[in-house]
Amino acid sequence: MTFKGKALGMAAAAAAMIAAGAVHANKADGVLNAAFTKELENVDSYFNSSREGVVLQRAIWDGLIYRDPATNEYKGNLATSWEWIDDTTLEFKLREGVTFHNGEPFNADDVVYTVNFVADEANGVKTQRNVNWMKSAEKIDDYTVRIHLKEAFPAAIEFLSGPVSMYPNEYYAKVGPSGMGLEPVGTGPYKVSKVVPGSHFVLEKNENYHDSPKGQPEIAKVDIRTIPDVNTQIAELFSGSLDLIWQTPADQAEKLSTMEQFTVANESTMRIGYLTLDAAGRTGEDNPFTKLKVRQAVAHAIDREALVGALLKGKSKVVSSACFPSQFGCEQDLTSYEYDPEKAKALLAEAGYPDGFSTDFYAYRDRDYAEAISSFLNAVGIETNFNMLQYSALRELRMKEGTPVSFQTWGSYSINDTSAITSQFFKFGALDDARDEEIRDWLNVADSATDPDVRKENYSKALKKIADEAYWVPMFSYNTNYVYTKEIDYTPTPDEVLRFTTMRWK
Amino acid sequence: MLNFILKRLGLAVLVAFTVSFISFSLMFLSGDPAAALAGETASDQDVEAIRVLYGFDRPMLIQYWDWLSSALVGDLGESYYFKLPVASLIAERLQVTMLLGLCGISFALLTAVPLGVAAAIRPNSIIDRIALFLSVAGQAMPSFWFGLILIVVFSIQFGILPPSGTSTWRHFIMPTIVLGYYAMPAIMRLTRAGMLEVLSSDYIRTARAKGASEFTVLFKHALRNAIIPVVSLAAVQMGFMLGGSIVVESIFALHGAGYLAWESIARNDLPTVQALILVFSLFYIVFTFLSDVLNAWLDPRMRAG
Repeated sequence: MTFKGKALGMAAAAAAMIAAGAVHANKADGVLNAAFTKELENVDSYFNSSREGVVLQRAIWDGLIYRDPATNEYKGNLATSWEWIDDTTLEFKLREGVTFHNGEPFNADDVVYTVNFVADEANGVKTQRNVNWMKSAEKIDDYTVRIHLKEAFPAAIEFLSGPVSMYPNEYYAKVGPSGMGLEPVGTGPYKVSKVVPGSHFVLEKNENYHDSPKGQPEIAKVDIRTIPDVNTQIAELFSGSLDLIWQTPADQAEKLSTMEQFTVANESTMRIGYLTLDAAGRTGEDNPFTKLKVRQAVAHAIDREALVGALLKGKSKVVSSACFPSQFGCEQDLTSYEYDPEKAKALLAEAGYPDGFSTDFYAYRDRDYAEAISSFLNAVGIETNFNMLQYSALRELRMKEGTPVSFQTWGSYSINDTSAITSQFFKFGALDDARDEEIRDWLNVADSATDPDVRKENYSKALKKIADEAYWVPMFSYNTNYVYTKEIDYTPTPDEVLRFTTMRWK
Repeated sequence: MLNFILKRLGLAVLVAFTVSFISFSLMFLSGDPAAALAGETASDQDVEAIRVLYGFDRPMLIQYWDWLSSALVGDLGESYYFKLPVASLIAERLQVTMLLGLCGISFALLTAVPLGVAAAIRPNSIIDRIALFLSVAGQAMPSFWFGLILIVVFSIQFGILPPSGTSTWRHFIMPTIVLGYYAMPAIMRLTRAGMLEVLSSDYIRTARAKGASEFTVLFKHALRNAIIPVVSLAAVQMGFMLGGSIVVESIFALHGAGYLAWESIARNDLPTVQALILVFSLFYIVFTFLSDVLNAWLDPRMRAG
């Protein structure tokens, strides 16, 4: 709730001053108390689209494959090995001797049931893009299984190491998504002992966790409560009833980092912020953004370094490609527009707007960033009529009529592949403001080619053209702050997933 | 009296329907429900799949009729967001809100009425000044700020109360004070004004003249008359507390119905919002009705009406 504004910051600062030294940690009883800010809709990972859901998913369930967040190397988890039989068939050898939390043994039947359930659109999996590339699964023997793809989809391995986790077939058939959400059962490092929908989740260490590349959990119990107000979270941290909070705003994290009883760690996320410009003329043929020079002027008008330094801070970086740098295929060697307001004005004049023009400017989150961006535009003569809308309202507007210029962000749902971002927005979907056939064709090749070099080459072509044409003006990557007591030893990963399994008591 | 009540009830039901229809329409105006449901990370296909799955592609009136016809037979549907029956979701959240509301209004009445009476006995005395200060402060302090100050003092500095949550009765102390304090000033000022007016009336002079004790005069003769408007106000405040304790619920992480309503609106969770609006309007109806009955009991003249 942004209207609380400054008063909250002051109260939190006051809290910080008063509270120094009042901490008693929970190392002794082995319980780690953590907070979520948002109410998680359903613990069943196929039926939520929240970051909080991803955190629980990685703790409760396992995928067939695991991507080491430090090296980005793929390792077997529930599968011990895998190979491509052809472009659309993957065969897995499964790990033997793994049991679910309810005692059900893990085998090919579970994989087949899970894949066939989630791939069936009628079952209404909320995050369709995580599963809709799979057609079906087929049992070869008890510990060998094949997954059939609808079409060639090289990012399959990345998805199988992320959002696609394996469910117990008998239990899931009986309880369904609602039952799974209330009493989740997986193979993962943590069992769930309590779920109060949206507000309270208790995890307990899985003593029989298999020899997984995720590592063995040490923290015996993780107690997570949803506390919507960040200041209350900080108060809980001071009073010792919370040990860990995350997604803490930069200004609060800065104050907390000066206090000796807390560790404040900052790590980048895959989310990037960008401006999307109506190059296709969806809001009108004569829309200034249909002119290349105007779009380039916008790119030159914004001091992205200043935005990162003053507002985002932490590990945020300026980005120039329409993707997050670590993603496969995210070309970095392309046109980048330095901050040069004079050049921006000159470009506007060349485009036929010597006195600038006025335009509607839309945003749905991070009002402070969006306002800073719009004031950079005002400074070169692009007078912005600033509109802050609810996410769903702006999305509807963009799908139906388009917007001349809007500040958008995209987190790629932590998928480390360019197909999770660039291909989502430049293939003539309802949110494609460029509608460039050449780019679409390159992306189609890159998305389905199995040869990594072919993929890279085509993503590179597409991204270079997006940069040259300034369809998007990529701004910066986001970051997240993790604040925890000195009793906890933890290194956050750059994918914004909180991993209880790797946390240790000091 | 019965006729009057039936008329009031009939009107109330019409109000409830109108409110539910308007809120249903507003939810559609405020943004694409499919996009809101799919969440920020959704792709185009996700949004389209959800649109078809939930039938958002049908005309709004038909969707409203669907909801209404099942609601009338007691089926409030399933929350789009939580995938759980709305009835059980709301029942769970309402417990917290009702407990908080009852504590809050009790706190408000128990502090405001005595203070108001005390202030009225000696207008412009030091007690009156203190009461005035308290009520101005209560009106001027936003509850999120007051809540945080209480947390800083009682949870962090003295460490005697838990900052947030619902697990024990101690968790409810600070939210009760914050919520109750917000309703207190109006009740207190109304009690004071009512008492002042009543105390200067003829029948009080008569009561004193016949030798009734000061206690009897104040509480039997004066307060009973002065408190009638307070009862109506308290009923409205109670309705407000049940539906409007969003800020308090959010700060103290109470997960009640007010916070659920607030969040559900942002999430375009139509079945939950509709059911909550129905429940909240029912509360207003019930409390207004109860205050009428209570007033009739306090003031025999109203029984005839």
